[in-house]
Amino acid sequence: MSLFNLFDISGSAMTAQSQRLNVVASNLANADSATSSTGQPYRAKQVVFSAAPLDGKSGVAGVRVAKVIDDPAPMKMMYAPNHPLADAKGYVTMPNVNAVEEMVNMISASRSYQSNADVMNTAKTLLLKTLALGV
Amino acid sequence: MADRIDSDIGFMRTALNLHAQRQQLLAGNIANADTPGYKAVDIDFSRALAAATGSGQGAGLRITSPGHMQAAGVSALGARIQYRQPVQPSIDGNTVDMDVERTQFIDNAIRYQFALDRVGGKFKDLDLALRGQ
Repeated sequence: MSLFNLFDISGSAMTAQSQRLNVVASNLANADSATSSTGQPYRAKQVVFSAAPLDGKSGVAGVRVAKVIDDPAPMKMMYAPNHPLADAKGYVTMPNVNAVEEMVNMISASRSYQSNADVMNTAKTLLLKTLALGV
Repeated sequence: MADRIDSDIGFMRTALNLHAQRQQLLAGNIANADTPGYKAVDIDFSRALAAATGSGQGAGLRITSPGHMQAAGVSALGARIQYRQPVQPSIDGNTVDMDVERTQFIDNAIRYQFALDRVGGKFKDLDLALRGQ
């Protein structure tokens, strides 16, 4: 029955938004990580959403995370000649995390998550009412 | 006897199916509110209902036998899927306006419940007639 597709669509959106929240949390946690296990400073990550059609023709689409990319913004250079990781000129490469953008992403992701949870609740109510038909 | 019940609720049943399909489209719009380049879609409900019940001019390809092919951009009941006019421009090409989509979603949900009530009412009438109370 076609109303059950609503769970797939909203479920996919909630998954995608929670992945986006994960990326935001990772960026904010590592905003000052000058190095990592690979020896490189942390680069901010971003998610790329893409519409995922449920079937070829009906135009109904869920959403999925196509890929997680490194933010192409330039890294921040901090002048700290006494820092153990300073290069020859005294600069330390710091992560390119923009805290304001990450907070905006977090708010947008949580609002989207709530909207899709509302859609699921409505679908559940409609289906339960349909089951109670004629009773 | 059964086909009389069928013809009685036939119109409401078509309306119910169309509402369910429109609900899916609107949920897809809400799910893709952050996808870059996504264009919001919807169907013109009154024209689609008229076309599906055969009482108006056809709004799309009518599939009347399993061998018929389905046209692209047409939902299973023959409703033509159209793009919504964007209210405001956006940098990433996404035309989903959350307020419009949520309003349409709730509107469609209430109409679905109305159609459900009508169909349930017919069955309750029959039940009343059978019991004679």
